[in-house]
Amino acid sequence: MILALTVIVLLLVMVVALLRAFAGPNVFDRVLAANLFGTKTVLLIATISYLFGSPDFLDIALVYALINYISVIGVLRITELRNEQQGADG
Amino acid sequence: MSAILEPLSSVCLLLGSFLLLTGALGFLRFADFYARLHACGVTETLATALIILGLMLQATDSALPQFKLLLILLFVLFSSPTASHALAKAAWNAGVRPRDRRGRRDIALPPGDR
Amino acid sequence: MELLVNIVLLILLVATAGALVVVRGLLASTMLTSVYGLLCASFFVTMDAVDVAFTEAAVGAGVSPLLLLLTVAAIGRGEPRPVGALPVLAIVLVPVTAALLIIGTLDMPPFGSPDAPAHTHVAPRYLQLSGEEIGIPNVVTSVLASYRAFDTLGEVLVIFTAGVAVLLILATPGQRGSARPRYVPDNHRDPHTILQIVSRILIPFILLFALYVQFHGEYGPGGGFQAGVIFASAIILYGLLYGLPTVCRVVRPAVVEWLSAVGVLIFGITGVFAMLSGRPFLDYSVFADDPVTAQHIGILVVELGVGITVASVITVIYYAFANQFETAES
Repeated sequence: MILALTVIVLLLVMVVALLRAFAGPNVFDRVLAANLFGTKTVLLIATISYLFGSPDFLDIALVYALINYISVIGVLRITELRNEQQGADG
Repeated sequence: MSAILEPLSSVCLLLGSFLLLTGALGFLRFADFYARLHACGVTETLATALIILGLMLQATDSALPQFKLLLILLFVLFSSPTASHALAKAAWNAGVRPRDRRGRRDIALPPGDR
Repeated sequence: MELLVNIVLLILLVATAGALVVVRGLLASTMLTSVYGLLCASFFVTMDAVDVAFTEAAVGAGVSPLLLLLTVAAIGRGEPRPVGALPVLAIVLVPVTAALLIIGTLDMPPFGSPDAPAHTHVAPRYLQLSGEEIGIPNVVTSVLASYRAFDTLGEVLVIFTAGVAVLLILATPGQRGSARPRYVPDNHRDPHTILQIVSRILIPFILLFALYVQFHGEYGPGGGFQAGVIFASAIILYGLLYGLPTVCRVVRPAVVEWLSAVGVLIFGITGVFAMLSGRPFLDYSVFADDPVTAQHIGILVVELGVGITVASVITVIYYAFANQFETAES
C-alpha cells in the first residue's frame, strides 16, 4: 500500500522532471531534469522490485546510479570546453 | 520485531515521498536555474536516503537486497551532491546568473564577483 | 498497479520521442536521448526482462549519450534550421512506414500469450532443460553463452567491427594511428578538485561492480556485455576528469586496441578448441568430464571474451572521439 503510493509519487515527480526537460529554458535545466529523472528512476526500480517481489532489479538500480553520475560529469566537461565559443542557450 | 519495523518503514517512505513532492514543486515553479537546483538538489539527497531506508526496513528473506540498497544509498550520497556542485559550477562558468523573482532579469551582483 | 506504471512510462516515452523531434540544440537532444534510454529500461524492468533492461541502462542511457556528447563537442552545438522546400518525399514516406509498422503489430500475439511463436518453438526446451543441462539459475545467460553461443560470437564480431570502422574513419591518411590520442601536456585552467576526489573514491568501486556483473552473470542479471560497458564507462569518467593524456598513460590506447581483438579471439579459440577434439564448434563438453562443469567453464571463458572486447572497443571509440574533439579545440 505504502509502496504503491511511493511508486505513484515517483511517477509524478518523473512527469514533472520531464516537463522541465521539455521546457528548458537553458541547457542546464535540461541536464538537471535528466539528472533528477535518473535518480527517480533508480528509486522507482528499487521500489518496484519490492512491490513486485523480485530483488534482482536492484542491480539495475545500482547501474543507473553509476550511469547517471557519469553522464552529468560528461555534460559538465563538454559544456565547459565549448562555452568559450557559444552561449548557454540550447 | 516486524511490529516496530513496518510502521517505521512506512513513516520513512511517506516522509521521503512528501519531500520528493516538495522538491518537484520547487523544480517546476522556481524562477531561475539556481533556485531550481537548490529545490531538487537539497530535497533529493534526504528523500532518496529516506526512501532507500524505508525499503531496507521492509522484510525480506535474505540480506542481499539490503546490502545492495546500502550500496545504492552510499553511491547516491556521494554522487548526488557532487553532481549538483558540478552543474552549478558549469552553469556559472557558462554565464548563467541568478534571476529576480519573476525570472526576467539577472540580479545585480555585488562588486568583486565575476 | 503494474498497468498504471506501464501506461505512465509509455506515455512519457512517446512524449520524450516527440520532444526529441521538436527540440533544437544538439545538447538538449542528447539529454533527451539519455532520458529516453532510462524510460526504455524502466519499461523493460516492468516487463521482467531484467538482462535487456540492464543492457539498455548501461548502453542506451549511459555510454551512447556520452559518445553523442563527445560528437556534439567536436562538431558544435547548433542544429541549423532546415531551409528550402518541404521534404515532401520524407513527409509521405514516414507516415506510410509508420502505418505499415502499426499494421504489422496487429498480427503480433498479445504480450505473455502462451501460444506466441516465441513460446512454442525452442524456448520451452531451453526453459525445461537448462537446469539439468547447464545448471545455472539465469536461463538468459545459458541461452546467450551456450545454446546460442554462435549467435553471440556474431554479435561480438559486430562490436569488434564497429571499433575497427571507427578507427579507420577517424584516422587521417598518412599519419599512422592518428585516431590514438597524442601525448600533449594537460592544461586545465580550472581543475575540478571536488569532482576528481569524489570520482577517485568511486572509480575503484565501479570497476569492482563491473567485475561482479561479469562473473555473476550466471546467477543474476548481467554478463560480459553489461560488465564491459560499465568497465569502459569508469575509464571514460576518469578521462573526462583528468584529461585524455592522463587516461592514456593509465590505459594505453595500443594495449586497448590489442585487447579488443584478444576478446574475440578468446571466444573463437574456445570454439576451435572443441573442433580440435572432434566435437562441433563451440561444444563446451571438452573442458571437463562432467558436462555441467564443462558448461560452467565454457560460459565463463566465453563471457570473459565478450567482456574484454566490449570494454576495449568502447574505450577505443571513446579515445578516437575524444581525440577528434581535443584536436578541434587546439
